[in-house]
Amino acid sequence: MPKLKIERAPAPVWMRTLIPIIAIPVTFLITSIFILLDGANPFTAFYHLLISPLAGKYSAIEVLVKSTPLMLTGVAVAFAFNSGYWNIGAEGQLYAGAIAAAWLGMILKDVSPILGIPLVILGGFAAGMLWALPSAILKVKLKVDEVVTTLLMNSIVLYVTSFLLNGPWRDPVSMWPQSPEISQGTEYFKLIPRTRLHFGFIIALLVIMVTWFVIKRTSFGLQMRAIGLSKEAAHFAGIKVNKTMLLVALISGGIAGLAGAGEVAGIHFHLIDAISDGLGYTGIIIATLGGLHPFGVGLAALFLGLIDTGAQTVSRAMGVPVYLGDVVQSTLLLVTLSLFVLQNFRIRRVK
Amino acid sequence: MYSIQMKGIVKRFADLVASDHVDFSLKAGEIHALLGENGAGKTTLMRILYGLYHADQGEILVNEKTAQIRSPKDAIQLGIGMVTQHFTLVPTLTVAENMVLGETGSITINLPDVEKKVAEASERFGIPVKPQALIKHLSVGERQRVEILKALYHDARVLILDEPTAVLVPQEVSVLFEALLRLQKQGLSVIFISHHLNEVMEICDRITVLRDGKLAGTVKKADTNLKQLANMMVGRENFGVTRQGPRERGAAELRVEKINAIDKKGLPALKDVSLEVHQGEILGLAGVSGNGQTELSAVLCGTHRVTSGKVQVGDKDLTNAEPAEVWKAGVGRIPEDRHANLVGELTVAENLVLDQIDGFLKNGMLDKKKIEQNANTLIKEFQIKASASDHLRTLSGGNMQKVMLARTLSLKPRVVIASQPTRGLDVGATDYVRTKLLEQRDSGAAVLLLSEDLEEIMALSDRIAVIYSGRIVGTLSAQEATAEKLGLMMAGLEA
Repeated sequence: MPKLKIERAPAPVWMRTLIPIIAIPVTFLITSIFILLDGANPFTAFYHLLISPLAGKYSAIEVLVKSTPLMLTGVAVAFAFNSGYWNIGAEGQLYAGAIAAAWLGMILKDVSPILGIPLVILGGFAAGMLWALPSAILKVKLKVDEVVTTLLMNSIVLYVTSFLLNGPWRDPVSMWPQSPEISQGTEYFKLIPRTRLHFGFIIALLVIMVTWFVIKRTSFGLQMRAIGLSKEAAHFAGIKVNKTMLLVALISGGIAGLAGAGEVAGIHFHLIDAISDGLGYTGIIIATLGGLHPFGVGLAALFLGLIDTGAQTVSRAMGVPVYLGDVVQSTLLLVTLSLFVLQNFRIRRVK
Repeated sequence: MYSIQMKGIVKRFADLVASDHVDFSLKAGEIHALLGENGAGKTTLMRILYGLYHADQGEILVNEKTAQIRSPKDAIQLGIGMVTQHFTLVPTLTVAENMVLGETGSITINLPDVEKKVAEASERFGIPVKPQALIKHLSVGERQRVEILKALYHDARVLILDEPTAVLVPQEVSVLFEALLRLQKQGLSVIFISHHLNEVMEICDRITVLRDGKLAGTVKKADTNLKQLANMMVGRENFGVTRQGPRERGAAELRVEKINAIDKKGLPALKDVSLEVHQGEILGLAGVSGNGQTELSAVLCGTHRVTSGKVQVGDKDLTNAEPAEVWKAGVGRIPEDRHANLVGELTVAENLVLDQIDGFLKNGMLDKKKIEQNANTLIKEFQIKASASDHLRTLSGGNMQKVMLARTLSLKPRVVIASQPTRGLDVGATDYVRTKLLEQRDSGAAVLLLSEDLEEIMALSDRIAVIYSGRIVGTLSAQEATAEKLGLMMAGLEA
């Protein structure tokens, strides 16, 4: 009688690139169960989730707006993961960037945009780096697991934000827990009038291009990839493992900081507690879906931006809870990760 | 009365015959050594006895009755216990908890009761351990005692110890031996796997020697001596290599002076090691594995630190230098573990430039064209069967080693450190690597060859040094070296 046997056999390379694409229908199949449980039609729901947002001009632009911070946090995470530095702290680094942007917006009162915007960009980047620094040093000097420290740094910055908003930075006019509105000169300009699409989108595209160039075309990129793939071999080849990893961790933090600066300077115009709502964590999903490749990350960010926008459309049109978007995103990650593991095996019939 | 009889055991792994019609018998109440070089088949044979492997042919009798041992569970039920080199204790659990870890008899565990039983067993067998102690707080020697007690706690009448002394410091070794002799008096039979002749002579009643998967013989301790055992272990009178007279050699190029280093566990691995390798010679370093070769090679490659002593190449001090300084000083490195020291997920071309990227830049960017040209040149010169854009992991072991050779030798090194350069390679690749090393010597490089393969050492070296337990036991010229002399030295005895 023939039996089935599971054995290790790595899938060909072309299959790996297909995985995120295979993952999408599988995800929809699984999430349909939840939609059915809610008494709605899955086909209509997915139509509203994926197609409706692209039908209208305003909602299509809104997809780009939602994708902007996701591209940045996704690239930040992917950059670090490329060298084997597991930065789970993009969320916190994003908050640090947002705090810096809000602060610059407060103190630079009558600044011209030509000076104000670059300062916000630099400030956001520097703040993200600064927030990534303690974990990076602990990792390099004392071999403390960066997964733990970057994650804990996220909680700290949330409390710092709360402190600022309920204390020194509380809006003197409304008394809401939000910082005073930033000055005009530090606001990102709009790319399309009367929409929310701002200069941060261009920054995100540039960052994608630059990180791609650094990773794939420079000696630094080759060295950081070598470290990510085999620390021992990299060290043996004379690559300065600690120095490179420290730098990668800081750049990753800086990129996440840009995401936070963009949310303040381009969307909200003041710091609020809920400035992120998990954008940094979604960045981890995006980095994984994008195969840690900056271009892949860009596409994954657009896709998740679409789901984010679509979730609201579904909710409005069909009364399905807006959390459907979260369910789809999380399921997609789990399915993708499962496929990455499963591709190493095959099932064979044996006699 | 025999506790264990193994008859005509055959075990194949693909093409390799790890155990070739081996007979082995253990009398009740004896301590029996299983002696042999690395890869002689000692551990394979014992894994078969403990149910971890299944023999392709042969039969096993326990207490003179045929036994089917399909898994360690069967073995334990038959009263066989095994303590492997890598301990199988959970560090965050207590001694008592570890004792009952595999038990599936009931859902609940009465821990105070278990602790009492463990304490009783500890007393009865004379193996002092605290049942409540956490494993992670115990020393390596104490953990080993827990492993032994665990086997006894499960009523083992036969105890297999796989190289038990490899992880111990000398004081702990004598504690272990005392315990074993005491257990022997209580009727326990012990199989003691080792490649250390002195230990075997100290504690065992009978000795079975394996060589290349075959039985070389079983002798009583009273009827044998170190010299005979060394011969049985190594087995060849000469190596079929005819040596020419002494060769001309140049000045000392690599000088190692009294270096000391500790291994990953913090135990001393190198003790006052001094070596000199001259231009135009190959110095072979022979020794059974685990006697400090790994650490010595890593020290010379710049990936392991010394605690004292000095390493010098020409007139440049390379003590505790970084890998980049080491190769820039003209040291070509062929490391022990090529898999760990090349990057499988990068391409052949990328691996070939990984240690010298600065030479392959154009305007600060990677010069893809030059990297590819470099790869194509080296692929041709070193006959690597792969293309520049192949991922390294897709290459065979031999071709991987050729990539390592190409990267190393293309830098025209003054000193070559070759560590186990032909391990795991097929005949063709082995020949190729050896030819390349001889070429290096002939062009004036100083070559240090660390190998566990005595034949290789004998075939290539101009001088042979022997390392044992982190010390250089002695150095012979190739002409005076014989298998017997080397065998004794590898066992730690002055020849």
